[in-house]
Amino acid sequence: MASESEMRRNARDSGSQAQVLQRWGMMLGGGALTVYALTRRKPGIALAAAGGLLAYRGVKMGAGKFRARASFAINCPPETAYRMWRMLENLPIFMRHLESVRERGNGISEWTAIGPMNTRIRWNAEITEERENEFLAWRSTQDSDFQTWGSVEFRRAPGNRGTIVTAEMEYAPPGGALGRAAAAIFGKDPEFTMREDLRRFKALIEMHEIPTTEGQPHGPRSAIISTIHQIYAEHRKTSEYGAGERMSAAQRRAS
Amino acid sequence: MKAVCWMGTEKMSVETVPDPRILNPRDAIVRITSTCICGSDLHLYDGYIPTMEQGDILGHEFMGEVMEVGSGVDQGKLKVGDRVVVPFTIACGNCFFCQNQLWSCCDNTNPNAWIAEKMMGYSPSGLFGYTHMMGGYAGGQAQYARVPCADVGPLKIPGGLPDEKVVFLSDIFPTGYMAAENCNIQQGDTVAIWGCGPVAQFAIRSAFMLGAERVIAIDRVPERLQMARDGGAETINFEEVDSVIDELKDMTGNRGPDSCMDAVGMEASGHSLFFATDRAKQALRIKMDRAEVLRQCIRACRKGGTVSIPGVYAGFVDNIPVGAGMNKALTFKTGQTHMMRYMRPLLERVERGEIDPSFVISHRAPIDRAPEMYRIFRDKEDRCTKVVLDPWADGARAA
Repeated sequence: MASESEMRRNARDSGSQAQVLQRWGMMLGGGALTVYALTRRKPGIALAAAGGLLAYRGVKMGAGKFRARASFAINCPPETAYRMWRMLENLPIFMRHLESVRERGNGISEWTAIGPMNTRIRWNAEITEERENEFLAWRSTQDSDFQTWGSVEFRRAPGNRGTIVTAEMEYAPPGGALGRAAAAIFGKDPEFTMREDLRRFKALIEMHEIPTTEGQPHGPRSAIISTIHQIYAEHRKTSEYGAGERMSAAQRRAS
Repeated sequence: MKAVCWMGTEKMSVETVPDPRILNPRDAIVRITSTCICGSDLHLYDGYIPTMEQGDILGHEFMGEVMEVGSGVDQGKLKVGDRVVVPFTIACGNCFFCQNQLWSCCDNTNPNAWIAEKMMGYSPSGLFGYTHMMGGYAGGQAQYARVPCADVGPLKIPGGLPDEKVVFLSDIFPTGYMAAENCNIQQGDTVAIWGCGPVAQFAIRSAFMLGAERVIAIDRVPERLQMARDGGAETINFEEVDSVIDELKDMTGNRGPDSCMDAVGMEASGHSLFFATDRAKQALRIKMDRAEVLRQCIRACRKGGTVSIPGVYAGFVDNIPVGAGMNKALTFKTGQTHMMRYMRPLLERVERGEIDPSFVISHRAPIDRAPEMYRIFRDKEDRCTKVVLDPWADGARAA
């Protein structure tokens, strides 16, 4: 078995090419948008800001390291957040790159991630550490092609103001096609993805649904805005509505 | 349905767009009976707040009838057929902030929280029709609107009260009231209010409700100054005096007002964080004039007094006299309105006949005339103080 540091090295070497391309794509896209905005007389400022944000995201991605950490305070007792996470099959509700997680028993679960053009990666994971209502860690099993680690900590916030949930994940994909697929799925901006995943987890617990505007009406969009949406928008999963329904129903039963 | 869309700076357009539908279990669909243009919409009209996109539906002051509710809405709280006023802030009701009555700081309702976080550190709640940074929710200058978290925000209105007496509970009445509350008014206080727009008009009346003995209102538009006097305020026309601050000193025996309110705000707050452009610089320069209000508030306020800022700021301002604020021991209070604190108590005041909020209305128009109304309101033409739009006038299709 490769050591962790070896895997991190691998992660930097392989799979980073696609990421580099994507990063440049983002920077150029962002830059072009900004330039376009500056050449226009009227709604320029909004577009320039949007373009600036895209360019910023592109730069922030940095070199090919698939590692992310995020932390959110959630207004619930640690037990609630822990139960929700521990049922690993719940993870795809708020982790948009996951298609499914199926528990196979004995602490083993099968994970499927889905990326652009329905690229799929599957791996098995085992729970490596578990402290009820406090901490959970897992890693891919040795027979998986794809190496990943994850952990999540549930800590009571000071003053009993909910729970601070801190999640960490790391991916070390192999080279070749699988590495490129992994880069496409996880490499976009792992820190950003992790944060948004955790934000959705928080929303599910607190709001009982995931906020969205996807599918609401609007007037005619400009061609450039429509293109940006197609390229950059993160699309909501169709299962999110149902997840909200289940959360609301559970909440009503509880109260 | 018909909807007022932002198509670019100073380009509003009434477009036919698809009807909204339920997207989340706690949503409701409201058939809008009255909807207004807010002074803060003019910042969007003038193109000074970033992250608007062509085609966005505007409007955040509206009321109507519930047509449909999602499966997650408790029928005891809201059901089809209820007549409701919808607050402009969207709040989940369960996060730390909602549970501490800081409704406009809700942690969960902005799907684009990351954009707001880049600009402000943390994201406030989602708002209707007010940029993608603030959630990108389609607004209510339309025939129908989708209302998220509908079991928290919408306030049921009993029959018998006409729309125009209650529609301002959606924003400007509570906003003016909270602005006055933020003045920390003690019995007998003197409050100075910069700006005599609709929010200020409600702030003037609220300040008296909260125990102020004297309100001094500052503007230059004659009909607005008159409206302030009708509300019991003394007025200063800033174009007729050399110095507003000297005038206030004179009126208060060199003590200064106990609290000063900036009910003007600053349009140029939203220039790009990332790229200085000539256009942004120009916009900034124009707006430096307007930031003068906040500067004046700070300098005019008495020692140990309070500065209340209901005026909309979205970004950065320069040359704020922080030294004056520090050395005079001032308190600053501000924020988007925590709507759900104020809507019901203020409705009760309307029901008891203590105030009839319809006094601010100067124009009533069918929605088709919205683009023209935006311009008139911005330019303060035709003695315009407040515009209420009827989404269904002119034989628009029935519900």
